[in-house]
Amino acid sequence: MADQRPLSPHLMIYKPQLTSIMSITHRATGAALSAGSLLVVWWIVALASGAEYYSFVQSIIASWFGQLVLFGFTLAIFYHLSNGIRHLFWDFGYNLTIEGVHRTGYMVLASTVILTALTWALVILA
Amino acid sequence: MAGQNTPQKSMQTSLGKVRGLGSARKGVSHWWMQRLSAMGMIPLVIYMVIALVTTMGNDYINAVAWLQSPINATAMLLLLGTGFYHASLGLQVIIEDYVSNENRRLLAMVVVKLSMTGLAALSMFSVLSIALA
Repeated sequence: MADQRPLSPHLMIYKPQLTSIMSITHRATGAALSAGSLLVVWWIVALASGAEYYSFVQSIIASWFGQLVLFGFTLAIFYHLSNGIRHLFWDFGYNLTIEGVHRTGYMVLASTVILTALTWALVILA
Repeated sequence: MAGQNTPQKSMQTSLGKVRGLGSARKGVSHWWMQRLSAMGMIPLVIYMVIALVTTMGNDYINAVAWLQSPINATAMLLLLGTGFYHASLGLQVIIEDYVSNENRRLLAMVVVKLSMTGLAALSMFSVLSIALA
């Protein structure tokens, strides 16, 4: 019976907006980071397993595919971190206006790009 | 009911009114723990990103030496513990929202809770085995 109940809201009839897209992206990045935590665990277990296995894992991370996954991981981290801070401000009662939601939304997008770029600039320089 | 027409200001706080409510009688604890773990994660994530980028490098010896410092090992343990707890709370909400079938929802919940706990245990044990080696 539970399966017969209507779903709400009907996402497909709404025009995509900054608010809705950023909301679902927070969820998507949270789920992606949970899945990505498997890679973090793999890396730590590799470190605990000794030099030989660790260098094998490092070689995968160093490959173009590994770097691409790592780039996506940093992007997801910085989005979820920035937008999470935005959520905490809402929880304390700040920026709960359409204007505030949009302004902080653009701030989150900017901070995601800047922090990701900064991190990879440091990776490349190091 | 006596006093119905002369409402008195309740001495109970807003938080007190919702404690113990909800289908699982957990009140606001899930909501609050998700925020508390989020606040804990902010400095830990920033610390770990900076550490990974600047000091750890690709070298096995360096990585092990880094993790053997008490501050770094503690930060990593806190990050893993808080992180998997935060992930478990977040995934729970996603399942509650999107899995409408009760049996499937329960199964998904069990899988998520057990795997997050298992991953936390495995990764934290690995950190300890490096740090205490």
